[in-house]
Amino acid sequence: MTPTDYLAATLLVAGALFFLAGTVGLLRFPDVYTRLHALTKADNVGLGLMVTGLALQAESWAVVGKLLLIWWLVLLAGASVSYLIASGALRRGIRPWRR
Amino acid sequence: MQTLYLTLALFLLLNLGAGMWRVLRGPSAADRMLAAQLFGTTAVAMLLLLAQASGNAALRDVALLFALLAAVTAVAFVRRAWPETEQVTDDDPN
Amino acid sequence: MATLTLLQSAFDILLGAALLWLAWRALNCPDLFKAIVLFVAFGLLMALAWVRLEAPDVALAEAAIGAGLTGALLMAALARLRAMTPDEEDSAKRLPLRWLPLAALLLVATGLSYVVLTLPPEAAGLGAEVATHLNSSGVDNPVTAVLLNFRGYDTLLEMVVLLLALLGVWSLGGPPLRRKAAPGPVLDTLARLLAPLLILVAAYLLWVGGHAPGGAFQAGSVLAAAAVLLLLAGWRLPVALTALPLRLTLVAGPGIFVALAVGTLLLEGQLLQYPPAQAGVLILLLEAVATLSIGVTLAALFLGGHPQNDNNDQNNKEQR
Repeated sequence: MTPTDYLAATLLVAGALFFLAGTVGLLRFPDVYTRLHALTKADNVGLGLMVTGLALQAESWAVVGKLLLIWWLVLLAGASVSYLIASGALRRGIRPWRR
Repeated sequence: MQTLYLTLALFLLLNLGAGMWRVLRGPSAADRMLAAQLFGTTAVAMLLLLAQASGNAALRDVALLFALLAAVTAVAFVRRAWPETEQVTDDDPN
Repeated sequence: MATLTLLQSAFDILLGAALLWLAWRALNCPDLFKAIVLFVAFGLLMALAWVRLEAPDVALAEAAIGAGLTGALLMAALARLRAMTPDEEDSAKRLPLRWLPLAALLLVATGLSYVVLTLPPEAAGLGAEVATHLNSSGVDNPVTAVLLNFRGYDTLLEMVVLLLALLGVWSLGGPPLRRKAAPGPVLDTLARLLAPLLILVAAYLLWVGGHAPGGAFQAGSVLAAAAVLLLLAGWRLPVALTALPLRLTLVAGPGIFVALAVGTLLLEGQLLQYPPAQAGVLILLLEAVATLSIGVTLAALFLGGHPQNDNNDQNNKEQR
């Protein structure tokens, strides 16, 4: 395993940990709004780290481009959908959790 | 590296399975929908890992489709299937 | 290597178990919305299963249709159901003849298991046959060759079935469902960003289908997703286009297929026997028109009613 491989492996494992964090947040956070936060951590950082790790192992620049495009699309979709769900929830009277 | 890819893919699948609990429990429709969003992203990550593990570049196209279409399902939910549980005036967007 | 196969088996077993469990929960669920979300998750895992079965073309189609479009279609259907019966509870209907479907199901299951178990363990399939004739088919992707050339007849019938489904939905009458409120800025921008990208991806899938997983159905469903996104963001087809142009586009796919079938019948004597020299061009032409047709048909299925029935004052779903 070359140093690049080790770096890629570290990035991949870190990304997977963020996915775990996202799932734990989804299951444990108290209301819709906080769960949306958990969701976007998995989207942004989790997938981002994984994409970086995979890009280091990619066989051509075209593949890197496609990986980045996929990540950008997930970011866009995640951000927009989070806003739509949160604003819809607020209008429908779902109150944010208070301690 | 192959073992790492597959281990991580298995790990993500377990994550996805754990997330099902939110779909079953989630008190509101929004909770269920955002769990589905997370499933979509997890599936994208799994597919990218499997693409690298098996060398099949077509799997990245499948991941691309997932990334694009998860948004469409969520938008359909927000604009169509979300019941108005409270009085909402029609002037509001979304 | 042993750990690799162990991991793969673990992955497959977990995937299979999750699929079975999801199917049971989705069908067993009294809350319709929960069932829809479970069904979308099922579609997601199904696409992964196709990937594990080394069928990326089917995985592409499942991702586009099963995980994306079907979710949107079911949500629109749920909205219609709610608009029709706003306060009714789902009563569990007791079938007096519950045993009849159960018996039929057991019969089919036994028959299928028998057939599957008596298959020769080393079934070669038709892969070798397709490989030998691939050069004369006009494309490099064996799946596309089978779908559009060797078994083009099946694809022709499938497209007619899709059109018939749309005609069935339209014959029920009723206006298309629409939201009276205009979309907010976020949804508007999202639709403006994603729709051109979806159209581009559809064109890419159409082109790449010649030599890699892709093809007309996958491209058509992505095109339909673009149209569905635009429809959800409040866009409507200009009224001038809802009469003849819409019908022409819907019929163009099966129509050109039928024209090709008749042409080859007259010229070559065999149904859908493409001349090998022009096969590539013919397949591309066929796929391009089919993509457009499939996209418009699926989007029209999502819309529900005929666009000409769209009357702003009468079909407000907020009116109770």
